[in-house]
Amino acid sequence: MSEAEEPKHLDMQQVEKIDIRKTRVRWGEFLIESSLGLCAMISIFTTGVIIFILAQESLGFFEAVSPFDFFFGTSWVPLFEPSSYGVLPLLWGTMLITIGAAVFAIPTGLASAIYLSEYASPRMRAIVKPVLEVLAGIPTVVYGYFALTFVTPLLRELVPGLQVFNALSGAIVVGVMILPTIATLSDNALRAVPDSLRQGAYALGATSYEVTTRVVVPAGLSGVMASFLLAISRAIGETMAVTLAAGATPNLSLTFLESIQTMTAYIVQVSMGDTPAGGIAYQTLFAVAGLLFVITLILNIVSQWILSKFREVYE
Amino acid sequence: MKRSPLELSNTNIQKRHRKARMFRLLCAGVTWLGAALLAILLIQITLDGIKWLDIQFLTSFPSRFPYKAGVKSALVGTLWLITMIAIVSIPIGVATALYLEELSRKGKIAKIVEVNIANLAGVPSIVYGIIGLAIFVRGLGFERSLVSGALTMSLLILPVIIIASREAIKTVPMSIRHAAYALGATKLQTAWAHVLPASFPGILTGVILALSRAIGETAPLIMIGALTYVAFLPEGPMDSFTALPIQIFNWVSRPQQEFHELAAGGIIVLLAVLLTMNATAIYIRQKTEKKLQ
Repeated sequence: MSEAEEPKHLDMQQVEKIDIRKTRVRWGEFLIESSLGLCAMISIFTTGVIIFILAQESLGFFEAVSPFDFFFGTSWVPLFEPSSYGVLPLLWGTMLITIGAAVFAIPTGLASAIYLSEYASPRMRAIVKPVLEVLAGIPTVVYGYFALTFVTPLLRELVPGLQVFNALSGAIVVGVMILPTIATLSDNALRAVPDSLRQGAYALGATSYEVTTRVVVPAGLSGVMASFLLAISRAIGETMAVTLAAGATPNLSLTFLESIQTMTAYIVQVSMGDTPAGGIAYQTLFAVAGLLFVITLILNIVSQWILSKFREVYE
Repeated sequence: MKRSPLELSNTNIQKRHRKARMFRLLCAGVTWLGAALLAILLIQITLDGIKWLDIQFLTSFPSRFPYKAGVKSALVGTLWLITMIAIVSIPIGVATALYLEELSRKGKIAKIVEVNIANLAGVPSIVYGIIGLAIFVRGLGFERSLVSGALTMSLLILPVIIIASREAIKTVPMSIRHAAYALGATKLQTAWAHVLPASFPGILTGVILALSRAIGETAPLIMIGALTYVAFLPEGPMDSFTALPIQIFNWVSRPQQEFHELAAGGIIVLLAVLLTMNATAIYIRQKTEKKLQ
C-alpha cells in the first residue's frame, strides 16, 4: 500500500487530469464536417430557390392576368395581339400526349416486367435488362428525331388525314421513352415478392397466369403503381420529343391527328425567340413552368406516399 | 353425350394451362418488341447518318451548306460542358452523400433532406432550365456562357449523383466502420479513409451515368440560350457555346432532308460518346462485383 502511494504524489503534480467523458473538440474536423453539411444544405436551398423564383414571377404574371382567365380560359395566344392567356389548351396538349403514352407504355411495361421477373431465364435477363437501360439512356432529342423522320412518315401511310406534326407520333415516342422506367421499377417490385407466396399458389394448383395475376402482381402492387406514376410524371415533363413531333399549335383537339402544343413545348418555343426579361411573355414562362412543377411534384409525392404507405412487408 | 365431372375438370385444366401459355408468350413477345424498337431506332439512325460521318464532319463548323457542315464546335462545347459539370457536381454530390450517410444525425432534418432530394430528382429538366435562365443568365449576369450551362446542368444531376453515391456508401459493410472506430478513428477519419475508398467504384459508376445524362439533355441548354450557330471554339468558361444535342435539335427542326441526315450523323457522334461512358460504367461495375465475390 505504501508503495502505491508514493508515485501517486509525484503524478498529481505533473500530469494534468484527463476526464475521459469530455472529448477534445477537433476544430479541423469540425470545419470539414460543417462544410460537408453545407453541401447537403445546397439541395434544400435549390428547392427554395426554385419555388421562390417560380412563385415570384408567376405572381407578377397574375397581377396582369386574372388566375381565373389563366386556369379556365380556352384560348392560348400569348405572343400576338389580341392576346389571351387561357392555359387549358396547353394543359390539354400535355394530357393528350401523357394519356397516349400511358396507354402504350403501361401494358407493355408491365408485361415486360412480368416477363423479366416471372418467366425469363437468368441469361435472358442478362440480355434484356441492359437493352432497357440503353433505351432509358438515349437522349430525348434522339427520340424526337425518330418520331419526326420514322414514326410520323410510317403513320401517315397507315392513318389518313394525319398532319406532319401530330399528337399521335409524339405520344408513341414518349411511350417508348417511359417504357424502361415502368419495366425496370415494376420488375424490382415484383421480384421483391417472396417466392413462398408463388409456391403456395402453385401448390394449390394455380397456373403461372393465375399466380402472376392474382398473387404476384397484387402483392407488388404498391411498387407497380409507383412506377406508373413516376413514368407519367416523366411523360408530363418530357420536352424535346414532343416539341419536335407534336408541333406548336395550342388547341383543344380531341383527336390525335392534329398538331398540338404541350406546356413544355410552349416554354421551348418562347425561349428560342429573344424574349425581353420582365415582359408579360417572359412571365408566362414562369406561370406555365410553375404549373408544370406543381403537377409533377404532386405526382412524385403521391408515388412516394404509395410506396411507403402500402408497401407490404414480408418476412 | 354427357361428360363425367372428371372429364369436365380436365378440359377446364387444359383451358387454364393454354391461357397460361398464351400469357407467357404475350409477355415475352411484348418484351422483345421493346428490344426490336431499340434495334430499329439504331439501324434507322445509322442508315440515315453514316454517309455524312467522316473526318470533315468532325472537324468543320456548322454551315448553311449541308456538305460543308460539321460538329466541331458542338463536340468541343460538349467536352467543355461535361468537364465543368464534373468539377462542380462531383465534389458537392459526393460530399452530400457522405455527410448524409456517415456524419449527420439520423433525425428529422436528415429525413427532410432525403425526401427533398428524391423530389428534386423528379423535377422536369426544363424547369431547371428556367431557373438557370432566371438565376445564372439574368440574375448573376453570367449571360449565355458555359458557366451558366454548367451550373444549370449541375443542379439537374446533383440529385442523381447524391442518390447513386448514397446507395454505393450503404453497401459498405458495417464491420469496416466498427474496425476503424475500435482503433480510435473519428467519424470523419473513418468516412474519409475507409468508407469512401470502399464505395469508390459504386460512386464512380453512378457519377458516370449521371454525367452521361447531362450530355444528352437538350431542354435546359435551350432555355439558358446555348446558341445554335457557333462558328468558333469557346476559349474560356465565360464564352458562349453550343453543344451536340443543341446542334442536333437545330438540324432536325429544319425541313430539308440533308439536314435531317446531318442530324443523324450528329446523333451517331453523341451516342458514341454516351456508349463509351456507359460501357466504362458497366465495366467498372462488373469488375468490382467480381472482386466482392
